[in-house]
Amino acid sequence: MATTGTTDTESAVTSAGTAALAGQIRVAVPEHNLRSDLRAVSIVWRRELIRFRRDRLRAVTSLIQPLLFLLVLGTGLSSLAKGSLPPGVSFKAFIYPGVLAMSVLFTAIFSAASIVWDREFGFLREMLVAPVSRSAIVIGKILGGATIATFQGVIVLALAGLADVPYNPVLMITLVGELLLLAFTLTSFGVMMAARITQFQAFMALTQMLVMPLFFLSGALYPLTGLPAWLSILTRLDPLTYVVGPMRHAVFTHLNISESAMQAMSPAVTWAGWQVPILLSLGIVAVMGLVMMGVAIVTFSRPE
Amino acid sequence: MAVHGRGATGDGAGAVDGGRGPGDADPAGNGQRPAQAITVTGLTKNYGEIEAVRGIDFGVSAGETFGFLGPNGAGKSTTIKILCTLALPTTGSARVAGHDVTTERDAVRRNIGLVFQDTTLDNYLTGAQNLRFHADLYGVPPAAVMPRMRQVMEMVGLWERRDGLVMTYSGGMRRRLEIARGLLHAPRVLFLDEPTVGLDPQTRTSIWEYINELKSREDITIFLTTHYMDEAEHCDRIAIIDHGKIVAIDTPEALKASVGKDRVQIHTADDAAAIAELGREFGIEAGIHEGAVTFSVPAGEEFVPRLFAGLSVPIQAVSVSRPSLDDVFMSYTGKTIRDAEGTGADAMRQMVAHFRGRR
Repeated sequence: MATTGTTDTESAVTSAGTAALAGQIRVAVPEHNLRSDLRAVSIVWRRELIRFRRDRLRAVTSLIQPLLFLLVLGTGLSSLAKGSLPPGVSFKAFIYPGVLAMSVLFTAIFSAASIVWDREFGFLREMLVAPVSRSAIVIGKILGGATIATFQGVIVLALAGLADVPYNPVLMITLVGELLLLAFTLTSFGVMMAARITQFQAFMALTQMLVMPLFFLSGALYPLTGLPAWLSILTRLDPLTYVVGPMRHAVFTHLNISESAMQAMSPAVTWAGWQVPILLSLGIVAVMGLVMMGVAIVTFSRPE
Repeated sequence: MAVHGRGATGDGAGAVDGGRGPGDADPAGNGQRPAQAITVTGLTKNYGEIEAVRGIDFGVSAGETFGFLGPNGAGKSTTIKILCTLALPTTGSARVAGHDVTTERDAVRRNIGLVFQDTTLDNYLTGAQNLRFHADLYGVPPAAVMPRMRQVMEMVGLWERRDGLVMTYSGGMRRRLEIARGLLHAPRVLFLDEPTVGLDPQTRTSIWEYINELKSREDITIFLTTHYMDEAEHCDRIAIIDHGKIVAIDTPEALKASVGKDRVQIHTADDAAAIAELGREFGIEAGIHEGAVTFSVPAGEEFVPRLFAGLSVPIQAVSVSRPSLDDVFMSYTGKTIRDAEGTGADAMRQMVAHFRGRR
């Protein structure tokens, strides 16, 4: 009695289905190992790129804000700033590293938002039920977001001439590396938040709330010397500070200016008077990124 | 019909006490017991105060198509989530394709395919890219990806449209693509969570054609949930779940038989006299429903000749209907399954689809 339904099916299999079964491609999914995890990282990463390529509008719109800052604000304020700037330094060149960081900031956070988006549209589930470690998915997502954000940064980098910054190969490579690091940490931050915040509206509201303070406290628009204590402390807490500082240092070493002007315009980040070396500065950012990535992995690995 | 027909026809062993039912699928026992694709024992799941699943036991044999039937909120999706390793059981255990869903999650995941109630496709990728993504994520051997992709896409009739963006697909095409994707890594168990929900009747029929073809083409166990009664008929066995418990589990035929009684409707020259005479001569309690004298008897087709012979009131028309799964559900849970479905919008959608089908 339990097999009335199956009998038909079975006879169908034997008569018509044998050919089909013989022609069926046998697939045995192997246990996951490092190689399969890398393959998963790679496909998650590639998906981000495919989607970015399809979304040209997004690439264009996320250029608008950095361009506004560089061309409109940079040009508008340069006459005001002229008196206080040493010879050979334009205000646009001064804020250029900050604008680079900004373009990465917006794109990185927006890329991380795609996790929330994926959750709302269900695609996240497709990834979370796959027999791969969650870390592979999180790493793929972060690398994908970081790649796109760096790419946006590189577009702004191509506009260096507009900010009176020379197209020096060493400078360009240094800046790309620093942008990549920043993009990685910011995407990790975004993904970490996206792991907890499940609603798109809430995520956007929260990031909107965080993005501008991160930018304004980073020293992107003013030197970090001679600030009141409260502001000085806040700027030191902003991870962006530790990338904008080294980027400005890189830009200014390639400008034709005096040592004193260099000191005045691009001072090293200090902790209670101690100058933080550039490598430590970048190291801090890298460690922050790795820690946030770890938190994101742990959050995603927890089943319901 | 409201009477529980348990055992009325002799083989209504279908009713299982939700708390401690046998996990075994095949009590008829044809000597060798088939390997179990799914075994569930004492499974419960609480979300805070809410008891979504309240102790269920069942087994699904390899190669079987097993249906989980119940209204929205009965615990179907929660059970499927646990079986797919997306949620942990509060107590109890489950094994899928020979692996424990809590301790061998990866092994379970390698062996199952999933088609969720809500779409989980990336609309910004093409159909082929969605499948490629899946193949890489599941570690399908690179050499097998293309041929297997072609095979599953041809099976659901989407090979020609493989390079179209999913956002340009119709609802039915998307569901078919999801089924193809669920099969891509040749799972041993395919989970279909409400595979036809939100689709028009035409598309529902075609989805079922694909599923039935799939049963004959692939060596696979299918576990599906549905709240469409007619679809449950495609299953080899059905479990009826209500309020987090299994109230009955058996083949569709046996379940219908367990309700026991057919519904007989007669049109007569004098209904009142007919009702009186039915009570007097046959001991049957009849009433007027839908403009006809209506009553229930265990075997309608055998009763009708006796009815013609024994009733003095002339009969103008007679109809006998077998119990449907609707009746089964009603008989086990005391309510119809359409509680959440019978919205005006849904009825309208079905009507529109119906008219479209008439082109």
